[in-house]
Amino acid sequence: MIRVVLPAHLKTLVNDRREIKLEVAGDVTQRSVIDALEARFPVLLGTIRDPVTQKRRSFVRFFACEEDLSHESLDAPLPDAVMSGSEVFYIVGAMAGG
Amino acid sequence: MSGVRVLVGTKKGAFILTSDGQRKDWNVNGPFFEGWEMYHLKGSPVDPNRIYASQSTGWFGQIIQRSDDGGTTWNPVGNQFQYDGVPGTHQWYDGTPHPWEFARVWHLEPSLTDPDTVLAGVEDAALFRSTDGGESWAELSGLRNTEKGSSWQPGAGGMCLHTILVSPNDPERIFIAISSAGVFRTDDGGKTWTPKNKGLHSEGIPDGDAEVGHCVHRIALHPSRPDTLFMQKHWDVMRSDNAGDSWTEISGNLPTDFGFAIDVHAHEPETVYVVPITSDSVHFPPEGKLRVYRSRSGGNEWEPLTKGLPQENCYVDVLRDAMAVDSLDSCGVYFGTTGGQVYASSNAGDSWEPIVRDLPAVLSVEVQTLA
Repeated sequence: MIRVVLPAHLKTLVNDRREIKLEVAGDVTQRSVIDALEARFPVLLGTIRDPVTQKRRSFVRFFACEEDLSHESLDAPLPDAVMSGSEVFYIVGAMAGG
Repeated sequence: MSGVRVLVGTKKGAFILTSDGQRKDWNVNGPFFEGWEMYHLKGSPVDPNRIYASQSTGWFGQIIQRSDDGGTTWNPVGNQFQYDGVPGTHQWYDGTPHPWEFARVWHLEPSLTDPDTVLAGVEDAALFRSTDGGESWAELSGLRNTEKGSSWQPGAGGMCLHTILVSPNDPERIFIAISSAGVFRTDDGGKTWTPKNKGLHSEGIPDGDAEVGHCVHRIALHPSRPDTLFMQKHWDVMRSDNAGDSWTEISGNLPTDFGFAIDVHAHEPETVYVVPITSDSVHFPPEGKLRVYRSRSGGNEWEPLTKGLPQENCYVDVLRDAMAVDSLDSCGVYFGTTGGQVYASSNAGDSWEPIVRDLPAVLSVEVQTLA
């Protein structure tokens, strides 16, 4: 079970769930987690990454275990603590006004 | 009983204001999509319960929402706006090439005849169409390809296609306007386009009379005279009586001819409304007085409309998509401000009152006249 927390704007799109619990088949990577997230909430298509190029939107970042994983490979395994569900995978809107 | 529904897009959500035909008491519903920039909401003329809304942020991109029950409930529909082919570059502010990038939908224009068909004007400038209620979108790429989009450049708000007018007696004829490229017209449903900017003169571009490059802020028409267009350009208020083939200035006695919004009375095709704004560097009304100006002669002669509007210490702006009219017997006129007020007049502008006054900055106002 992978635990995911969305930024505020995206929570409004998925009815304000505080924490999302996802089953992710196969390797647990940024790509597979976002695949599972988009499959469950199609409204998120295009809000985290470009639907065609799969490139992360430039004002979106990925944090876990107090580390910034934004620039890791999309296909690199996520930390064990995320895979085990003891730590949360955070999808974050870049810190800026607005 | 007749009534009106006012669709308000703001910088932090959407609001829907409703009233009966008297337009005295208003219900305010919302915010919908709180925290998101709502550039535009507009209802289908043939099915008023069908409303399309553009929801976006710079962080998380574009969502299109659709309501089929008059704005009570909403569902996200398609949000993939893929340019046709490799879009290449347009000019950046300094004239250098800049990659064409989708940013947001500025304006949604539902079909006059089919509730499932809707046009979308986007930044970076392009026109998209959906024929399935917003589920999927295809670019009408003839606009960029036949009109040398590589030479276009953005205005201060971005390179946006912000105005879409479908001719009421010929669905193949569409006018669009782009900041800062100008007006374009198609007569074949969007396959080919021609610039329609003859008679415009602009400072700030190398050739002030160029065919393309003018910062047109908004155009409007009256359904009974689809070849007569009114324009609020960056500077100058203009009109055309030949479907954009040529334009003449009608700024007349306006205190300033800079502004964004322009609209036409629902029943009087020569009655036009603008909200003069001091200048392109001072985006608030002259002298701190919020005044709508009305011409009953199709331009040149303008009268200030001030009753009920703040006449001191008012420093708000009225943006290009933030004025609309209803079509009740006594025409209602509505506009929203960056200060969060929506003002309404139920007597064609003679007097005004705020129907809501503390919203986030208003980006757009549309009105539906309900049977």
